[in-house]
Amino acid sequence: KHSEDSTIMKARLKGAQTGRNLLKKKADALSMRFRQILRKIIETKTKMGEVMREAAFSLAEAKFAAGDFSTTIIQNVNKAQVKVRAKKDNVAGVTLPVFEHYQEGGDSYELTGLARGGEQLSRLKRNYARAVELLVELASLQTSFVTLDEAIKITNRRVNAIEHVIIPRIDRTLTYIITELDEREREEFYRLKKIQEKKKQLRARTELEIAERLAKLGPIAEPVNMLTEEADEDLLFE
Amino acid sequence: MAGRGKLIAVIGDEDTCTGFLLGGIGELNKNRKPNFLVVEKDTSITEIEETFKSFLARNDIGIILINQFIAEMIRHAIDAHMQSIPAVLEIPSKEHPYDASKDSILRRAKDEFESVV
Repeated sequence: KHSEDSTIMKARLKGAQTGRNLLKKKADALSMRFRQILRKIIETKTKMGEVMREAAFSLAEAKFAAGDFSTTIIQNVNKAQVKVRAKKDNVAGVTLPVFEHYQEGGDSYELTGLARGGEQLSRLKRNYARAVELLVELASLQTSFVTLDEAIKITNRRVNAIEHVIIPRIDRTLTYIITELDEREREEFYRLKKIQEKKKQLRARTELEIAERLAKLGPIAEPVNMLTEEADEDLLFE
Repeated sequence: MAGRGKLIAVIGDEDTCTGFLLGGIGELNKNRKPNFLVVEKDTSITEIEETFKSFLARNDIGIILINQFIAEMIRHAIDAHMQSIPAVLEIPSKEHPYDASKDSILRRAKDEFESVV
């Protein structure tokens, strides 16, 4: 029974090692993507800084041309024309949320009767629309980043658990089983030897006894023929 | 698999809000609550923090844009936000150009990086 157990344990050990190796590969793949995303975030944030500067500049220009329209804009908010949708991306089995921007409805500021500065205003809108696109992309990178961060931490925790808890445990059990098996084998062997010893001694003693008895009976060492015997010994009433 | 549309919210100074509203992101919900906050010189930090938290609590906001200098005022609230959505993006303003070393996300990344490398 114990030899079966050792087979089972060996299989479990193999399983745990395979599991650990797979998880390590997953952690590596995730880390690589993580670093890629980090680089892209830094790159995009820098670009975003430039885009925002340009947009802010065009705002100043538009104000110069059209007067201060901020209040009008702020007080005429109604429905958003630009929204985002969350979509799913996947890397090494981890689902990453990403944003996709889309248009909905027309330009609600079309009717802002700003007679002056129409061109600057158009440029302003375009600049901020572009900024929004870039920012949506940045937001996607960020959400992926945060999600990957968590996923990597969890995966590494699992690798450590397998390496420092599960595998040693299986190892110890396996060692115990094998030691037991060895011990049993030795005990069996010892027992068999003891039995053989005893048998030999018994045989030797028996042979000795037979030899002594034969010697006592004298030189006649032939078996008695029942048919030639004259008087039957009365066995019962002697 | 696309989810339902979500809004882009803004917490910024007047110019920033005006610009993005012109970009088309502004909306008032059923209760006439806006998805943006114009931060002026006399706007209290409490108000900013409460607005930020209310944006987080709404389930129709996907992204929150916030001027970095305002983010600095409520840095603890932003650092505490660990979920990936809504995504909080720090953007520069006219007076305060973007500073990568203050950005919550990049600071987290730096810690990650340093513990991995």
